[in-house]
Amino acid sequence: MDFYLNLINTIGIHTMLGLSAYLLLQTGQLSLAQAGFFAVGSYTAAILTVIFQWNIIPSVLVAMLVSGFLAFLVGFPALRVKGLMLVVATIAFSEFVRMFFYNLKWRVTRNGEEIGPDGTMGFAEIRYFSDNGWSNFEVTLFLWSFVILIMGVIWWSDQSRTGAVLRAVGEDELAASSVGINLTVVKVSAMTAGGFIAGISGGLYAHQVTSLDHHSFTVLLGTFAIAYPILGGLSNVFGTLVAVIFIQGLLVEGLRFLGDWRMILFGLLIVLAMNFKPLGLFDKQTMDLIKKAIRV
Amino acid sequence: MLKIQSISKHFGGVKALNELDLEVEEGEIYGVIGPNGSGKSTLVNVICGIFLPTEGDVIFEGQILSENPTHQRLKKGIARTFQNIRLFPNLTVWQNLWVARNSVEDIKTESSFYRWFGKSSIVKKEIEKMLEFSNLGNRADELASSLAFGEQRRLELARALATKPRLLLLDEPAAGMNKDEIRDLDGRIRSMQLQGITIILIEHVMELVMGVTDRIAVLNFGSKIAEGNPQEIQNNDAVQEAYLGYSEDD
Repeated sequence: MDFYLNLINTIGIHTMLGLSAYLLLQTGQLSLAQAGFFAVGSYTAAILTVIFQWNIIPSVLVAMLVSGFLAFLVGFPALRVKGLMLVVATIAFSEFVRMFFYNLKWRVTRNGEEIGPDGTMGFAEIRYFSDNGWSNFEVTLFLWSFVILIMGVIWWSDQSRTGAVLRAVGEDELAASSVGINLTVVKVSAMTAGGFIAGISGGLYAHQVTSLDHHSFTVLLGTFAIAYPILGGLSNVFGTLVAVIFIQGLLVEGLRFLGDWRMILFGLLIVLAMNFKPLGLFDKQTMDLIKKAIRV
Repeated sequence: MLKIQSISKHFGGVKALNELDLEVEEGEIYGVIGPNGSGKSTLVNVICGIFLPTEGDVIFEGQILSENPTHQRLKKGIARTFQNIRLFPNLTVWQNLWVARNSVEDIKTESSFYRWFGKSSIVKKEIEKMLEFSNLGNRADELASSLAFGEQRRLELARALATKPRLLLLDEPAAGMNKDEIRDLDGRIRSMQLQGITIILIEHVMELVMGVTDRIAVLNFGSKIAEGNPQEIQNNDAVQEAYLGYSEDD
């Protein structure tokens, strides 16, 4: 049972991570910095609950604000670069963040035990849930309430004119500015919103896994973050959720007997999707089919 | 209404515009013609703020627009279409118009929540009018990329109109059109003038330019070589020389 709950938690966290890249991808910004914002969120929330003994909810909210603010700052220089150059710049940012936590040592002694981030050794004493007697099921419930909230907000944005404006910028920036859209505001807002969401998912992740290690925040994680919405499609949030279930549930867990060979399937999947469903599994065509099926 | 004051735009050593002066009166259809590479499209981009001029000022209704970015100029009332159609291909026809309509001034009489979801009856009515204007009424929910070439041109024009411009720049709107479509475009341009929109028409298709414009400026190598009504331009020696390489008197 715990195995399945853990899998469900992982799916929830990766869905939020994927959604943090979703809005950015709608505006046409390919960012690999989501792993960096995620790392900032994890360490911030964990430091608050462990060293400052905060409650988890304000800790996650502060993690969200810190990541969001950082994303806002990254958003401005990111305006000047596009495409591959933005990918390179955001990889650099995310590695910078990882190296920062690789070197971060902040040990304090409490009840005769040393706790806090320990540089290369990681940050292992994040026991908020077990210290407060939360059951695994309660953790899952708590985590998924955030997932559902975030999915709801983005679903709403997609139906509203926000969604149409984000997509317009992603489709053609010159045309978008020529119909009166302020590109700076739209792109920086999308980046900031992505930072908020990555911060929340990072904060929850830290407490779910109970120990942090800089190896978890490499470029691979950033690649996963953009792979989910790209595979699932940018027309609605459920595409991202389905892509996460597919990759985390089926590819990573279901095919575990294949060992590291299954990562080849991951690459293959992206190549196939780009060829057969360039707008994602849940593009307008698929959605029309589903709508038809529901009506019949 | 619009004054171009000794504008120069240099790209490295190339002088795309060279101390150009133009003045467009309110309510007129002003044609800009000239051979390829004479600076017509650069002129549009300078007026819209996509390029900043190397020297000189763009003055719109008495205000100097040197530093205003494109989206601010739109809000002041300057809209445009593109020589190579630039729609939002994966948005629907309706969304293309909606995005354009919503980036201009808000309607305060209805709740913002309503407007946010495109349910506002005023905005809906306006967009339906635009759909009707562009003969795309029954294709509102289709993706812009699924439209035929002529329909895409009409949608782009409607999208520019949805921003409620007072000055509309048409950059070669007849490129690639057949005779029927050009006649249709001619009618649309006249009807926009009747709505009180000032129009700058940049075009190679002389049939359209000579028929619809009130005044024409001829550019060559980034400078104005002639200005006047269509009749005067057709009989102008300098213009014939620029287009044909010689004038009939030679």
